[in-house]
Amino acid sequence: MKQHFQPMLPVVLLGLWLLLNDSLAWHQWLIGAALALAIPKLANTLRPLPARPRRLVVAIGLVWHVLLDVIRSNIAVGRIILGTVRQQPQVGFLKIPLDMRTPHGLAVLSIIITATPGTVWAGHDQDSNELTLHVLDLQDEEVWLRTIKERYERPLMEIFG
Amino acid sequence: MTPAELPLWAALPASLLLVTGGLLALLGSIGLLRFNNFYARIHAPTLANTLGAGCVLLASMLISSVNAGRPVIHEILITLFLVLTSPVTTMLLMRAAMFRRATGRDHKGTEAPPPAPETDRP
Repeated sequence: MKQHFQPMLPVVLLGLWLLLNDSLAWHQWLIGAALALAIPKLANTLRPLPARPRRLVVAIGLVWHVLLDVIRSNIAVGRIILGTVRQQPQVGFLKIPLDMRTPHGLAVLSIIITATPGTVWAGHDQDSNELTLHVLDLQDEEVWLRTIKERYERPLMEIFG
Repeated sequence: MTPAELPLWAALPASLLLVTGGLLALLGSIGLLRFNNFYARIHAPTLANTLGAGCVLLASMLISSVNAGRPVIHEILITLFLVLTSPVTTMLLMRAAMFRRATGRDHKGTEAPPPAPETDRP
């Protein structure tokens, strides 16, 4: 199986190595480049399905949105915790039908959802492509549905195709 | 490094970030204490894990950069690894809890006691 060269992973790995060593010395570039070229080759046998992320601008926009949402939901969950004096939150599960099929997109979506306070990815049915979402304070189902579908899923589908 | 060496313009935002991060971690722990069931509790520590850790790491970047006299940003990697790894544990816990509920062994243990004695548990 011959694949044409994907520069994305090696570049990211090299950047990771330089950051990790906190140095831009020439020998770090050398070791980093060697690792960045070797690791994808070895990892290929572990995960033969290569990810082909495109649309860097969309990806940056998505990261920015997630960052804002994480801060926002930190505040929201903080208020819920302080509000437990009066009442416990309405926890609940929510089924969300997805259109995205690509495994890389789904993996990133699961990380986004779980890393955001107040929501946890609770399962995914491969046949119906339905996501089970657990929400800490289930007030308005429609809002969650729209957030997941439009704010996260659509850009992810653009990125991973 | 003693705090006296740090200029005020760096020390002030750094301490503000540290206090915010600490408060968020505290809030997450209070949530663990206050919520009355597992499904609510699983959401509480995420506070310390996301914005709480972010604040502390930003403060660390600021202080190390000022001390070193050059940008020191490798704390960003900690954020990256946290974001990549902590959802895995959370999802695993969530799935385990759902599985237990589905099999009738509830997370509280008292709500749905198994009809058979404990000894026949595989």
